[in-house]
Amino acid sequence: MSVSKEAKHAFDAAPWTGKTKRYDIVKEGSIAVAFVAIAAIILSLLMGSPDETPLTFKGWAVSNADNFYATAVQELAGTSGSATYGGPYNKASDGLNVGPFWLQKWAGVTHPVDTVNEFVISPLSTQVMSTDIASALATWKAASATQKQDWATAYDDAITKVEGKLSDVPAGAYGPVPALAKGLTDMAKGGALDAALLSQGGFFQTDNTKQILFFGDGSYLDDAGTAANLQGGTWGMMNETGRYPGQAWLWLYSFWYQIPPFNNEESAPIGANADAYIMFIMGALSLGLILIPVIPGIKSLPMRIPIHRGIWRQYYDANGIKRRKK
Amino acid sequence: MSEMWTAKLRNKWQKNLPIEKLLPDDQPAYVASWIYVFGVLTLSALAMIIFSGIILAFEGPAWYHISDVGLFTNSLHFWSVQMFFVFMVVHLWGKYWMAAWRGNRFRTWATGAIAFVASIATAFTGYLVQTNFDSQWISFEAKDGFNSMGIGAFFNVTNLGQMLLLHVAFLPLILGVITVIHVLMVRRRGVVPPIDAEPSVSGAGR
Amino acid sequence: MTGWISDFMNHPATYLKSGWLQISVSNLIVIVLMLTVFALAVFVPFPKDKEDHK
Repeated sequence: MSVSKEAKHAFDAAPWTGKTKRYDIVKEGSIAVAFVAIAAIILSLLMGSPDETPLTFKGWAVSNADNFYATAVQELAGTSGSATYGGPYNKASDGLNVGPFWLQKWAGVTHPVDTVNEFVISPLSTQVMSTDIASALATWKAASATQKQDWATAYDDAITKVEGKLSDVPAGAYGPVPALAKGLTDMAKGGALDAALLSQGGFFQTDNTKQILFFGDGSYLDDAGTAANLQGGTWGMMNETGRYPGQAWLWLYSFWYQIPPFNNEESAPIGANADAYIMFIMGALSLGLILIPVIPGIKSLPMRIPIHRGIWRQYYDANGIKRRKK
Repeated sequence: MSEMWTAKLRNKWQKNLPIEKLLPDDQPAYVASWIYVFGVLTLSALAMIIFSGIILAFEGPAWYHISDVGLFTNSLHFWSVQMFFVFMVVHLWGKYWMAAWRGNRFRTWATGAIAFVASIATAFTGYLVQTNFDSQWISFEAKDGFNSMGIGAFFNVTNLGQMLLLHVAFLPLILGVITVIHVLMVRRRGVVPPIDAEPSVSGAGR
Repeated sequence: MTGWISDFMNHPATYLKSGWLQISVSNLIVIVLMLTVFALAVFVPFPKDKEDHK
């Protein structure tokens, strides 16, 4: 026998007046807390938790001095990832867009980053240095903006041309740029750059934006991410260092980065703006999750696929309730 | 009836959520499945997360790098989070297949779904404040997503201080409030009756 | 207290690959566990109450 939709709704909404059974909610909660606590203690005793030591500028400059050196030149020439980023760090590019929405650009420059001075010149200036680097620094500071740009660009282009092989760079009008890059590399090798970038001339420091940006401009962090299987293009968002489980709950967010057109930076407009499109998609899907009860098709699936017959088997059996006719 | 706001609120509360509903000693006979334990397991895991998190907060974010007790506490936090998500997802699947939003329970479903999304945001900031290689990597990668939406202008994932404060104060507060509302709604509306249950069949009792 | 098998856990993970699909064994275990737990929760009989309350 079947009842009308309205009657069923009223029945579902009304307080239950049928059979009940004893239910000790406090006891249930206590047992659950104890169960979870014991499970967490056992898992922790067995496996601990992931904690890989952070990378340092020192490690970068020691293990791959040429790459660090070339990155320092890029920071001076304004060609690094950070220098060309756009909002919220600078106005070097418009950033990503979704159709007419240029949210990245509209949000403005709220964390200004000056790669030339903050990544190279200021840290160098904090050091007691050799005379050639001191004079290079003095030459740089005295030069006009155009002159600085010309030197740095010429040297950056020359390094790019020989694909980073520094010994092959021909002589040229590079001004003090090679000496500055050399000075910063030596400073990083000694470990002083880590401290100088952190303190930014102050004492207390809680913002690592500049360090992280500079750090990511070279190949050191990127290679480490690849080695640890953390790259976004290979589901890295879900992964954890070591053999620990990662953020498996990000599978759907991570999924989009694996498929075309999102995984192809060359494909405009979606691939080139994948970060923004995927954020939009995930926002919409999250809204969808919240609104499942009113989405046609999805809301009636539980009535069609009778998993509930398993969940309420005891009740259905006890009362001889057959599947409801639609 | 009183015109006082306080009295109105109290009367409404007592009408909708008397103490017998808040702390019941009986429940409908159809509540007989293991699937029903995953809500309370999720809450228990959240309690463990908050408990271990408070200890970690007292000792500071770098403690667990240098102390065995710190690493153990961090491990409790880590595994409680893993369990929390496993239990929550099973709970969510269960409630979906029960179509548990029936009978004016839409808001119960919606607050649960919002809590799920809020949990992901809270966990994400946790990964950013580990002060290890993982957080270096995640902050460098994740900034692009937030920046692309203009969110990075005020939610800066590379700012450790900001992420730490959000992770230990603002986000748990939001998640806690949503969770409390969710649980109160479950208690107020009661557990949804079976999909095939009808007023006319025996056992429904009316 | 650093974990009895944390040496094992702190080695590079094994990844299973099939075309564009790639997953660490650890994540796979968690996801399979989640599905199994769900199936068990639905199909394993819940102990019956001995007496009715009302």
